[in-house]
Amino acid sequence: MPPADVARVGAAGLVTRPLRAVLAAAGIAIGVAAMVAVVGISASSRAGVERELAAIGTNLLTAAPGRTFTGEAARLPDEAVEMAGRLDGVTGASATGRLDLGVYRSDLIPAGETNGIGVLAVRPDLLGPVGARPADGAWLNEVTRQGPALVLGAEAARLLGVHRASADVRLWLGNQWFVVVGVLAPAPLAPELDTAVLVGWEAARSLLGFDGGIGTVYVRTDPDRVADVRALLARTVSPAHPNEVLVERPSDALLAQEVTDRALTGLLLGLGAVALLVGGVGVANTMIVSVLERRAEVGLRRALGATRAQIRTQFLAESLLLSALGGTAGILTGAVVTWGYAWSRGWPPAVPGWAQAAGLAVTVLIGGIAGLYPAVRAARLPPTEALAAP
Amino acid sequence: MSPDGFAVTATDLVKVYGTGDSAVRALDGVTVGFRRGRFTAIMGPSGSGKSTLMHCLAGLDAVTSGRITIGGTDLTRLRDRQLTALRRDRVGFVFQAFNLLPQLTARQNITLPSEMAGRRVDADHLAHIVDVLGIGDRLGHRPAELSGGQQQRVALARALATRPEVIFADEPTGNLDSRSGAEVLGLLRDCVRGLGQTVVMVTHDPSAAAYADRALVLADGRIVHDLDGPTRATVTEALGLAGVR
Ligand SMILES: Nc1ncnc2c1ncn2[C@@H]1O[C@H](COP(=O)(O)OP(=O)(O)OP(=O)(O)O)[C@@H](O)[C@H]1O
Ligand SMILES: [Mg+2]
Repeated sequence: MPPADVARVGAAGLVTRPLRAVLAAAGIAIGVAAMVAVVGISASSRAGVERELAAIGTNLLTAAPGRTFTGEAARLPDEAVEMAGRLDGVTGASATGRLDLGVYRSDLIPAGETNGIGVLAVRPDLLGPVGARPADGAWLNEVTRQGPALVLGAEAARLLGVHRASADVRLWLGNQWFVVVGVLAPAPLAPELDTAVLVGWEAARSLLGFDGGIGTVYVRTDPDRVADVRALLARTVSPAHPNEVLVERPSDALLAQEVTDRALTGLLLGLGAVALLVGGVGVANTMIVSVLERRAEVGLRRALGATRAQIRTQFLAESLLLSALGGTAGILTGAVVTWGYAWSRGWPPAVPGWAQAAGLAVTVLIGGIAGLYPAVRAARLPPTEALAAP
Repeated sequence: MSPDGFAVTATDLVKVYGTGDSAVRALDGVTVGFRRGRFTAIMGPSGSGKSTLMHCLAGLDAVTSGRITIGGTDLTRLRDRQLTALRRDRVGFVFQAFNLLPQLTARQNITLPSEMAGRRVDADHLAHIVDVLGIGDRLGHRPAELSGGQQQRVALARALATRPEVIFADEPTGNLDSRSGAEVLGLLRDCVRGLGQTVVMVTHDPSAAAYADRALVLADGRIVHDLDGPTRATVTEALGLAGVR
C-alpha cells in the first residue's frame, strides 16, 4: 500500500474528530513536555555552570593536609606555598589557615553561636590565585594585615548583616574588636572563603594565637599544564609525606554539582510518567472508538481486497500519527518551558537533541502499543459483518 | 478464463448461521453456474438468502459446505490472504449504499483496489470506462459532491477498473430514483454487451430484472425458478409462485 494512502487514511480518522484527537494527544504531550523540560532544565543549568567556569577558569588546584598513617591530622611544611610557587607551570600560589574561633556582631552573644562562619588566616597574595576580588572596601594591605582588621566573605557578610566595609563596623573575634575593611564578591572556585572572615596571617599569629599551620594551598596554573602540575603538587608541597596531601580541582566539584532541585526533578518525572500512561490509555481508547465507527469502511476495504496486514497498518498509522502529534507538541512545550526557566535563571537554554529524540521514541513506542490491539481488532472484522454496519 | 465458459460456479452450497436451535439455513443446497459475458438477476422474497448467496459467491463469507469456483479457482480451499487477493483482482462489487470512501475523490475511489494491489490502472482502460459511464468531469470530486446516480456510476467504474472475472451487485438501484436507476441498469447491461463483463445482480425489482439475460428466484435458500430472457411479466409471475405479491 502506498505510504501516502496510509498517512492519508490515518489522518482522515483524526481530521473528522479533531477535538477527540487533541484530547487524546494532550496526555502524551504533557508527559513528553515534562520529561523534555526536566532534561532541558538540567542541561541548561549545566550549560550555565560551564559558561561560568569558562569565565573564572578551571586552572585552580588546591592542596590540603589529610591524615597521617596513624590517623592524626597531617601538617604541611611551612614552606609549602613557596615550593608550590616554584613548580613549573604554576602562575601563582597562596594559602589560608584555619582558626578555631567564632566571630560575633557583639561581645554579648554567647560563644558557639557562629552561624557556621569560620575564621581564616590568609596570605596577602590570596586573591590572585583564587580569583576573588573585594565587592566593597579593600583587601588587606601592609598595615591592616598586621592588626585587628578583617575582610568578610560574601555569604559571611550576609549572615552577619554587614553590607558595607567601614571603620565603624566592628566584629567581636577572639576577645577583641576587629574592623571590617572589605567585603569579598562571591568566589565560586573557593566557596569556603564565602562563609569565612579573613584576617592577615601575621595578625592571626600575634593577636589570635594562630599556630601558622597551613589549611589549604591554592595554586593557579598555566591553563594547558593543569594535569602536569596536579601530578606533581602533592610531592612538591610535602616531599616527605606526599600521600598525606589531598589535591583537588575545585572546578570539578562545580561541574559535578547537581544544580537543579532533586525533589522538583523527581516530581516532574513522576508526573511525566503518569501523564504518558494516561495519554497511552487515551490513545488506545480513541483508537478503539475509531475502529468501531469505521467498521463499514474496514469492511469495504476488505471486500475490495485490502489484506488484514493493510488494515492493521492503517490503524497503526493513525495511532502513531496521533501520538506523534502529542509528542511533537510535548517536545515544543518542553523546549519553551526550558527556555523560560533558563532565561529566568540567566542560563543559556539547552534542550539536548537526545532528549528530543528520546521524547519522539517514547511517543512512537506508546503509539505502537496503544494502536496494536485496536488495529488487530479491526483486521479481524469479517468483511460481511463490517459491510452490514450502517 | 475458465475453460468450460463459466465465470462462477457453485455446487451444493449450504450456509448455516448460528448453531443448535437458533441455527438458520440461509442456503440450502444451491447449485448454479454463471456463464461468462452474461447478466444474471437474483430475486426472491426478503430473507430468502440472496445477499448470503452473493457474499458466499464473492468470497466475502465462508460456506458451511459445498464448492465455489471463480475463473476455475476453488474458493473454498483458499486461505484468507489468497481469498483477499482473489476479491481484489477478480471480483468487482457494487453496493446498494454505493460504499465509496468519503475522504477520497472519485478517481481515487476508482483506483483504490489497484493501488491496494500495488498496480497502476491502465490509463486507456480507465479513460474508456469513465467515458462510457459519463463521469469524466466528476473525477476530482468527493462522493459528498456527487448525486446518487453519479456515485453509483463511480462505484461501477471502481468495479470495472480491475477487469474482474465477475461483478456482483447487491440492490444497485435500491437507493436511486427510477430514472437514475434505469441509467445504472442500462450501463450494467452495456458492460455485459460491450465489454463482455459477467454481472450477477441481486434485486427486488422485476423491472430491474428485465435488464438481465437470466433471472434466478430464491426461496428459503433454494433456487425455485430459473428464467431465460426474463421480462417484467414473467419475473412477477415467478415471484408470485414463490410467495411474493
Ligand atoms: N449474520 C447472520 N447471522 C444470522 N442469520 C443471518 C445472518 N445473515 C443473514 N441471516 C439470515 O439468513 C437468511 C437469509 O438472509 P439474507 O440477508 O441472505 O436475505 P436476503 O434475501 O438478502 O433478504 P433481503 O431481501 O431482505 O436483503 C435470513 O433468514 C437472515 O435472517
Ligand atoms: Mg439482502
